[in-house]
Amino acid sequence: MSDVDLYPVAEKAPEQVRTPTGKPLSALTLEAVMSGEVDARDVAITPEALLLQARIARAAGRVTLAENFERAADLVRVPQDLILDTYELLRPGRARDAQQLLDRAAQLRRDYGAERVAALIEEAAAVYTRRGLFVKRY
Amino acid sequence: MSEAPNSSNRWRRFGEWDSRPLRQDLFAAENPEAGFSVFRSPHDPAPSLTVEGGRVTGMDGKAAGDFDIIDAFIAAHHIDPAMAAVAMAMDPGEIARKLVDINVPRQELEALARGLTPARLAEVVGRLSALEIAFAYSKMRQRQTPGNQAHVTNAKDDPLQLAADSATAVALGFDEIETTMRVASNGWANALACTVGAAVGRGGVLFQCSIEEAEELQIGLAGLASYAETVSVYGTERAFIDGDDTPWSKALLTAAYASRGIKARCTSGAAAELLMGFHEQRSLLYLEARCLCLQRAMGVQGTQNGGIDGAPLTASMAGGVRELMAENLIAVWLGLECASGNDTRTSESEIRVGAKITPYLLAGSDLICSGFGSVKKYDNSFNASLFNGEEIEDYLVLQRDFETDGGLTPVDEDQVLGLRVRAVEALAAVMDELGLGKVPRERIMSVVFASGSQETESFTAGEVTPISAAIKARGITAVDVVRALAARGYTEEAENLLLMLRQRISGDYLQTSAIVRDGRVISAVNDPNEYHGPGTGYRMPEARWQAVQGIRNVLTRDRVLAVEDIGEAGESDWLLPRGEAVRGTAPHEVVIGVSPGFGRQLHRTTAGHRLEEVVAALVGGIEAGGGTARIVRMLHTADTSFLGLAAARLSGSGYGIGIQAKGTTVLHQADRMPHLNVELFSNAPLTGLDHYRALGRNAALYTHGEAPEPVVVPVQGEALGARFHVRVALLYAIETALTDPAATPVELDYRPPAGADRSDRP
Repeated sequence: MSDVDLYPVAEKAPEQVRTPTGKPLSALTLEAVMSGEVDARDVAITPEALLLQARIARAAGRVTLAENFERAADLVRVPQDLILDTYELLRPGRARDAQQLLDRAAQLRRDYGAERVAALIEEAAAVYTRRGLFVKRY
Repeated sequence: MSEAPNSSNRWRRFGEWDSRPLRQDLFAAENPEAGFSVFRSPHDPAPSLTVEGGRVTGMDGKAAGDFDIIDAFIAAHHIDPAMAAVAMAMDPGEIARKLVDINVPRQELEALARGLTPARLAEVVGRLSALEIAFAYSKMRQRQTPGNQAHVTNAKDDPLQLAADSATAVALGFDEIETTMRVASNGWANALACTVGAAVGRGGVLFQCSIEEAEELQIGLAGLASYAETVSVYGTERAFIDGDDTPWSKALLTAAYASRGIKARCTSGAAAELLMGFHEQRSLLYLEARCLCLQRAMGVQGTQNGGIDGAPLTASMAGGVRELMAENLIAVWLGLECASGNDTRTSESEIRVGAKITPYLLAGSDLICSGFGSVKKYDNSFNASLFNGEEIEDYLVLQRDFETDGGLTPVDEDQVLGLRVRAVEALAAVMDELGLGKVPRERIMSVVFASGSQETESFTAGEVTPISAAIKARGITAVDVVRALAARGYTEEAENLLLMLRQRISGDYLQTSAIVRDGRVISAVNDPNEYHGPGTGYRMPEARWQAVQGIRNVLTRDRVLAVEDIGEAGESDWLLPRGEAVRGTAPHEVVIGVSPGFGRQLHRTTAGHRLEEVVAALVGGIEAGGGTARIVRMLHTADTSFLGLAAARLSGSGYGIGIQAKGTTVLHQADRMPHLNVELFSNAPLTGLDHYRALGRNAALYTHGEAPEPVVVPVQGEALGARFHVRVALLYAIETALTDPAATPVELDYRPPAGADRSDRP
């Protein structure tokens, strides 16, 4: 059986995904929303679900898409503000130098185990250095 | 006669052409140095690739040390070195042939693409004609079932209208709804309104709010957007940096969307670099091939592609529209979902607009438009789309014409009105429930019936801003909206929205080309395009084809006959049969030969004139011209020429008039060949009573040996066939069914009904 056969997960393998608070898909009913049993924290994807979708994408021959889902799995537990700050830092002319990017990569790796995102940032640091992208824009 | 002076040394047709909408379009000359080249610039690199130790050390004429940010990302993440050894060694012409060969599977070509550089991808698609590109597109596109996306915006950022128009777009069948605003700070209110509106009706529609990246991610995180499409990429380094991003910042953003369970696609399109002033003198297609390789490298599932904001500029160049198709082909060849442009309006000419969409309607696309303007042009905050609210029915008819699925479904008036009421009331209830304000009833009703914001008495952009700020500040999420809907009795809408939120947990709609239909995700994974020749690939299921045919005002035989005042086969009291007709002898006699159903089953011409009035006009004209009229019913033929000739041969003068019930009339002479008549009214829908009267008069004058000026029914080039032939064919069939080749003509006793006008008005 190929991982492709698990798709769509909600129909073919609903038991393989849970909400961030550990509830099964079937728990997301209108009654549960009304009773407060389910709230906004439940309406989010987990690293496990993203890694499952990455396996499906890879089995479907879409390797780069799978890698994106794996980076996404890295980012699930990274707070929104830190993601937005990292995005800002990767924009041209925001980081002073390569070290600032490398420090951010190290932080994400250390605090969140975000290995694949860290590698992406390190790769950026090298190219930005070669292309001179640490010039302030405003 | 024109009053225009003849002194102007110009064929006046050019002046008429000058005033057509087309002439507002600008057309640009090829000029590679200025960035105006479409498929090939002398400054484009020759395709090349060197790989050492599994790493790309040179690509498209550049060594790795000289790679710009785009080259570097493509070399690191797009090029599959093992495949490159095979693919780059292949003859580009052979690859081009594989693209249009139904025996070469899509997957084999996608694998090859992973080993091809941007310059080689551009070179290969450049070898295909427009027709071959469209065909290859139909084979290579990702999801088998086509879809479409709507823009839903308005000039006031009025949330009530957004809700009503979202529900309308859902009813029309759009799979995605994209909104944006006139005032940036209104983003949250726009998103909330579209979220509620999209949940009305069938539900299951993906919605997004196009705004600055960080804000869009926040809105998505709150569940008030389910996809994002503003991840723009560019084909030159300086354009990219001017766009304030790099491939790595965009790759991070792409992963960030996925980490929040939000579907994302990139945006790129020809001429963006040209508009931004950093084109590096490269061809549009080469730069776009770079953008697309980069997108696959970033791992985004899809692209909004095909000269989006740059489409009009691209279309200004020779071969530009073919280029837009070519870049879409590269997108799907790389395995990307393609929202295939057809977004920004590329022309003021409706003919160019219709022609531009046609290849996509024929080939299908994941999302045929990356923004079909479901609202009126002036309400589209992205600017006018290729197709807009004004032209939705034209698009629906194109689907029906070509028996093709453009993703839209005809709607009927009661259904839409009901949905609009429901959507606006639901939003008003949610706003009240969430403490965002009470909506007066007048505002609701003004929006429900309005075609656009110029007709509404509702929220203004300035009034929306504090509402939007409150939604953001209070951290209102889609779960709060579900709760508010349910609390106010909008259970179905609450369930629809919850269904979309539930999708976020499994992440199924993050896969390539995913949309939600009937509560189920379909994507390139579980609905892959498997076209490999006739009888394969997407064919509309019968029920879908029936729905596509359901445009307004389709005429059936019963409907035509009901409107046309079709009688039973009885005789009229004003035309009474009186035995077999024989040849007359009066020297100024004009015989009027009427068709088998004339005045019996059929009573009106296609111009709407009662046949009593028509006969009165003919008879009155004949008498005014000094003739005598006699009326005979032909039963052996319903054909105008033979009606006329048979009438002429029964006429004492040798002149006769043949007339069908639908009004087509001929003036004939007994010695003539059947189709060489004296005068003819072939366009019955334009023929008025005055024309009939004048024709009768002329007939009489001919009997006196005069040569009157023939009666001409002026035409202004109306598409008469389109306007009338459905009715004509059905009505004429009634007449032909009544004919009996052996039957002899019947003399009719003409008793003009009171009121029928026989006077000869000049």
